[in-house]
Amino acid sequence: MINELISMSGYGAYVWSAFSFAMIGFTSLFLIIKLDQIKEKKNFASKFSSLNAEKARFVESHIINQEILSITVKV
Amino acid sequence: MIKFFHPNKIFLITSRAPKYVFFLFIVVLSIGLTEALVLSPEDYKQGHSVRIMYVHVPAAWLSLGIFSTISILSFGIFIFKIKHFSLIAKSLAPSGFLFSIIALVTGSIWGKPTWGTWWAWDARITSMLILSLFYFIYLLSWKIFENKENVIKITSIIAILGLINVPIIKFSVDWWSTLHQASSVKILSKTSIHPSMLTPLIIMTAAFALFSLLIFLMKYNTEMIKNKNKGLDRL
Repeated sequence: MINELISMSGYGAYVWSAFSFAMIGFTSLFLIIKLDQIKEKKNFASKFSSLNAEKARFVESHIINQEILSITVKV
Repeated sequence: MIKFFHPNKIFLITSRAPKYVFFLFIVVLSIGLTEALVLSPEDYKQGHSVRIMYVHVPAAWLSLGIFSTISILSFGIFIFKIKHFSLIAKSLAPSGFLFSIIALVTGSIWGKPTWGTWWAWDARITSMLILSLFYFIYLLSWKIFENKENVIKITSIIAILGLINVPIIKFSVDWWSTLHQASSVKILSKTSIHPSMLTPLIIMTAAFALFSLLIFLMKYNTEMIKNKNKGLDRL
């Protein structure tokens, strides 16, 4: 059963390489986008920490900024 | 309705929805892979190599669908001057590009046992390669052009020009004599594929669509954070 699933009557190399390519592609793109997202969040947090108190209060008053900072803390 | 499209609401959705979409994607993909690799029958002519169809066809369908959507959004940018469409189009492109590459590579792998060759310059395969090139140029333009107004115009023109290629891909198997087989799944007429093969095909298409949605949400969210970062620079 397992051997048949792997060899697929001689077509196994073609079938498994096609599925593997697709799954590797999915994983790679997911990681690229995720790492870019983390980098931008860290960038935002770093810029925010260099602001003076008045500007920081202004930035924090926006809902999106609050959300980015809350996620950045978790990251 | 307007409240739903408020940037705050969109940002919250794109921040929180990906984890649920990811979970759903894993569940649907697991079912799809089990159906495609274990439960579905082999073809009476092609044997087990027919299983490549379950990654090749969804990838081809979605890459075409995503490019068509990007092109329609690009028309929207020119006609209705809705610049926000460019952000949606830009966020859709990465998964569309990946799907076009998967369709080409898995098609090539499928070609070897079926046609006896990895590649043939026939109309369907060549037009699909051109689609990948359009995706590549589209994504590259976003990287290389700095001016926002210019990059929106350039990428929109690329997407609109690329739309000409979409019907060529779709009808290439009818217009020319190609190695590539004609469509087995038809919306307007009777589908010639057996339900035991159609079911895994539909499940895998759903899994691929969920992956595309996941990447779209994450990319859109990242682009919004990038815009916020530029806002901080201006403070």
